[in-house]
Order: sequence, then structure tokens, then C-alpha cells
Amino acid sequence: MTTKPLTLAEKVWNDHLVAKGSNGTPDLLYIDLHLVHEVTSPQAFDGLRLAGRPVRRPDLTIATEDHNTPTWDIDKPIADPTSRTQIEALRNNAKEFGIRIHSLGDAEQGIVHVVGPQLGLTMPGITVVCGDSHTSTHGAFGALAMGIGTSEVEHVLATQTLPLKQFKTMAINVEGTLRPGVTAKDIILAVIAKIGTGGGQGYVLEYRGSAIRSLSMEARMTICNMSIEAGARAGMVAPDEITFNYLKGRPHAPVGADWDAAVEYWKTLPTDDGATFDAEVFLDANTLDPFVTWGTNPGQGVSLLDSVPNPADISDPNEKAAAERALEYMDLKPGTKMKDIRVDTVFLGSCTNSRIEDLRAAAAVIEGKKKADGLRFMVVPGSARVRLQAEAEGLDKIFKDFGAEWRFAGCSMCLGMNPDQLAPGERAASTSNRNFEGRQGKGARTHLVSPLVAAATAIRGTLSSPADLIAESNQEVN
Amino acid sequence: MEKFEVFTGVAVPLRRSNVDTDQIIPAVYLKRITKTGFEDALFSAWRNDPEFVLNQEPYKNGQVLVAGPDFGTGSSREHAVWALRDYGFKAVFASKFADIFRGNSGKQGLVTGVITDEDTEKLWAAIEANPGSSITVNLVEQTASIGDLVVHFDIDEYTKWRLLEGLDDIGLTLRDEQAITDFEAKRGAWMPKTLPARN
Ligand code: SF4
Repeated sequence: MTTKPLTLAEKVWNDHLVAKGSNGTPDLLYIDLHLVHEVTSPQAFDGLRLAGRPVRRPDLTIATEDHNTPTWDIDKPIADPTSRTQIEALRNNAKEFGIRIHSLGDAEQGIVHVVGPQLGLTMPGITVVCGDSHTSTHGAFGALAMGIGTSEVEHVLATQTLPLKQFKTMAINVEGTLRPGVTAKDIILAVIAKIGTGGGQGYVLEYRGSAIRSLSMEARMTICNMSIEAGARAGMVAPDEITFNYLKGRPHAPVGADWDAAVEYWKTLPTDDGATFDAEVFLDANTLDPFVTWGTNPGQGVSLLDSVPNPADISDPNEKAAAERALEYMDLKPGTKMKDIRVDTVFLGSCTNSRIEDLRAAAAVIEGKKKADGLRFMVVPGSARVRLQAEAEGLDKIFKDFGAEWRFAGCSMCLGMNPDQLAPGERAASTSNRNFEGRQGKGARTHLVSPLVAAATAIRGTLSSPADLIAESNQEVN
Repeated sequence: MEKFEVFTGVAVPLRRSNVDTDQIIPAVYLKRITKTGFEDALFSAWRNDPEFVLNQEPYKNGQVLVAGPDFGTGSSREHAVWALRDYGFKAVFASKFADIFRGNSGKQGLVTGVITDEDTEKLWAAIEANPGSSITVNLVEQTASIGDLVVHFDIDEYTKWRLLEGLDDIGLTLRDEQAITDFEAKRGAWMPKTLPARN
């Protein structure tokens, strides 16, 4: 008997079916790993308390503090009462329900999507949920990972399962070799610009092709992280040797015979030859430039070599109106060269780009250079562990010598729930994932960029890539 | 969620239509971190008014609300149901409800019974003729009765079944608990465990 060829997403789905739905009722899926943070969990725990239910599997659950945590003076009490209350609630809930928690000051504290992979808890072939839309990050390992709402958080805490309707599948094929200075962030920004912020709705995306295969795990996480910005609840990359090498030896990675059994299983996960996707998208990596956004959603992006588009050239009336609104909010004129846009602040951080490779890449660009006058450069490692590692490698010194603020770990300016916010009208180049109106502060203007573009921009003061620095120094020599 | 079959409690006439979720509970209360303790927030804008029905002695401990049409319109906030529940309400009757509010109610054990406009008037009259009187809600028979007055209410079969069985979403899933336990027994030994912590 031959079995039907399956995609990666279908395999993981099928292997987690507790009960198959019928007549329109959803499937019941087992959840292997539940990540918890302070913002979306308090009511879920309270619901449990109200119903007198325990957490079914504290051993599959882990909590950390990230959204509200300050990145300065972390030894002082948190000033904002709402933030403080949420964090205290998480600590009390973790204690009451027996859940492992990494609090501010702990070496494993940090953005929930940085902490899971770093501890080796995120693995291929598992299901991961968290009350946060960027849970898609964990799909980089070949896990089925998605964000959930607070009622679902309660459901998973109580039952370790989730009723779900099966998704459609979409292949994102990225073939070729990235040119120097072009990164995973540019790939995903280009993908979103291509399919739109709603293009992935109802799908699980699978990123495939030679360009994806050659990426490091951290780069794959950057790509999967932003799947939700294309409207997809989950994005995945098939596990391979790069995945296994990243995992091996991490604190919670399997060891001995368990490791061998795991790898054997993980090798069966990649999409079968002949499996069909419900939709396919193609992107040429060879011709890709650094990508930046000009508007107020992550799909409003162009090559850094391009100019701010003219809404008059957009045929779709809704998109045209959105572009007009965006340009007004961003205070940009059509035709302005992206490279001429001057920024006030550069933010290097968030679950998209705050891992050690991101910090290394940015540090390599700025080392020995001078920061643009008057520009503020904030560097916020994704986790306390990343911060420690960066300090061990001397990266903190490079950033500080350059004039950057070397901060403690957390979400920080990605969403400005803590004091790290932009002032009204302030313009930032940010390595985060959302350029929505007011996201980084009321009236704040955000351009999404890669860590390399962030670093080059911090030197030149205008949106730039490392290539511009080389061009500049050649001119000086001539 | 507790099972609901027959319940008797103080009836409250709310002679208003289009009571939206902002009136049931304003947005300022949504910042809270609990799922309980919303009793003070219920109808908070109206609670300052001594004339408001819940401020009148016989209705203070109301448990069954009889309201005008289009109850619960507006936002999807579950807090509206929590506020009613925390105040002590077990059932709401109206001739029309907003869909999301009805859905949320069913999940939290609050009965929302649809009655005719005529019956609404009859119930109001009966309650006001004898303030503080009890109403008996019989979910099995789908009736609400005050003394000799018996009115029929509608509720969809699925919600009725869930309320009778005392099943919220989680309770429903836990009916498959054996399947969950069986599934857990087959999980690979390599699967991640957060405990004990290994840093
Ligand atoms: S870093 Fe930003 S996107 Fe990521 S979890 Fe925190 S707030 Fe959400």
C-alpha cells in the first residue's frame, strides 16, 4: 500500500491528533510545549482557579517575563502599576500552579520566543503554543507553533490540548544565494510585500528552497517569526543537519538513545516528494536587495535602493488609500529615495532580531566607526543569556564605544509597554516586526529593517546598508 | 461550570432596550488581571443613579434579569458576562440578544433565554406588581415562571445541553480525557520537558 505524500505541516498535525473532528467540529490536537508570559495569562489562571482546575502538565509549561519588563535599573521596583501588577500576578500564578518561571534578573529570562529555542525546548515535530502571535518563530525548527488567545491559554493549561480546524498549506520557495549584506529579514520583508499582510490567512507557510536551506537556525527564526505579519498563524522550515547541530547539547535537548530516536523521527518530517500545497509562492534570492518598509504595515516595503512609492501608481483602491494614509502618518513624500530618509533612533532588538547572531552582525558593521550625531541607538538583547554571551564576546564594549545604549533583555521598544518608547513624530529604524501606527509610541514612525541595515543606519543617520559604508570609504580614498 | 437545571431567584426588570456591552461594563475595567470580581463594574454608569433598578432594595440581590430587546450588543468582551455572573445573575431574558454575547454566556454558565416581547411585558408587570418576588427558571422545560405566570423561552439545543451537563469548552474537551491520557502514554521519550529545570 502506498501512502499519500504529505507536507511537513500535515505530518506534525497528524501525529498530534488526540481526536479527529467530525461534522464540522474541530480536531483535538495535543500541545507539547506551552510558553507563558505576563500579559495574556492572568485571566487564564484566574479561570482555572474559578473552576477549581489544576494545570494538567506543568512539566510542559514554562513562563518568563518579557513584555512589561524594564531594560534599565532592573533591580528597582517597576514604576508603572499595571506592568508591576501583571508581573506579580505571573509570579504568584507560577508559584500556585507549580510552573517554572524565569523572572527578571534570572539568566534565562527574556523574550519568550528567544528563551524556548535557547533552552533546547523548541524541537522539530512538536506543537508549541503561546498567548502571543509571534509564536510562529518556533516553526523554524519544523515545529507547528502558533499564537493563541487567553481563553485558549486557559484551555491548554487545563487540558494540554486545543480544538483546531486544519489549516491549508502554502509553500514559499526561495531559491538562490543571497548577496552580501542581504539577510533573512530581507527575505521575509520581501515575501510579505509580495503576498500582502493577509496573503497567508488560513495557511501554514512552509519556507523552502536552497536559500532557506543555507540559513542558520537564528536566521530561520527571523523568517518564521514574521509569518503572522503575512496573516499566517504558523510558518515552518523542515528540520535538517543545521537544526540538529543547533539543538545538540542544549540544556533540554534529548541525550543518548533519546537523541538518536529523536533524530531518526525528525528525519522523516520533511515534506514528501509529490506532496501538494494549496498555494505556492516563488522568490528569487539572487536578485534580492536589503528591504525596508516605508508605510505602516509590514507589507508596505521596498528595496532600500528604491524610493517611496506614489499612491497614484497603486491600482487597488483600498491599497491606494492605505498608502496615502501611511505616507501622511510617516510624513513621507512619494519619490523620496529610501536612502535619504533620516532617522532619530535605531532599535536593535525584539523576537525577530535580538539573538546572538544579530548582535554579532550589527557589531561587526559598527566596530571602529562613529555613530551619527544626535542619533539614539538602543541595543536590547533578546534574553539575559544572549546578553551574557555578547558580553563574554566583548560585543557590549563595541556597542558602548560606538555610543549605543546596552540594555537588559525584554520586548522593550518593539511594543513600548515599558518605558522604552519613541516620542510623537520620532522616526526609527527598527529590527522588530511591526510598523503599525503608534506601535513604538504614540505618533512614532517605524521603518522595519535588518540588523545590518540598522547598524549602517546608525553610522550614516539615514537608512543605509553596509554597502553604502564601503562606497563611502572608497570615495574617501580616491 | 455548574450544572443548570432549575433555578429560583430574585427577578429584576430592566426596562431598557439595546443594552450594549459598554453599558454592561465599560472599557476601563478591561485592564484588570482577574476573571472575577467584576460585580462592581456591572452597569457601572447607571449604578450612581439611585433610581436605577439594581439600587432599589428589593432588586439588590437580583439573580434573573428580564431586559428589553437587543441585549449585549457591541464588543466581544467576555467581561460583560463575567460582570453579570459575578454580580450573581444566573439567567437573562430578552426578546433578542447579540450573537457573540449569547455565545460567551453559554461558555460561562449564564442562561440567555429568548422570550417574546409580549412575554417580556408580562414578566415585567408580574415582577413590578410584587417587587422582590422570585422567578423560577426551568431549563429542562424551557420555562420561566412567577406564581401562575409561565412563559416559554428559546435556547439552542447545543447550549442547553452544555448548560444542563455543566460543560464549558474545557469541560467538553475533558470528556475526551481518556483519549488525552492514552495519547500521552504514546508520546516519545525525547519530547521536551520543562521540569526539572536544566539551565
Ligand atoms: S519582542 Fe515584540 S513581537 Fe516579540 S514577543 Fe515581544 S512584543 Fe511581541
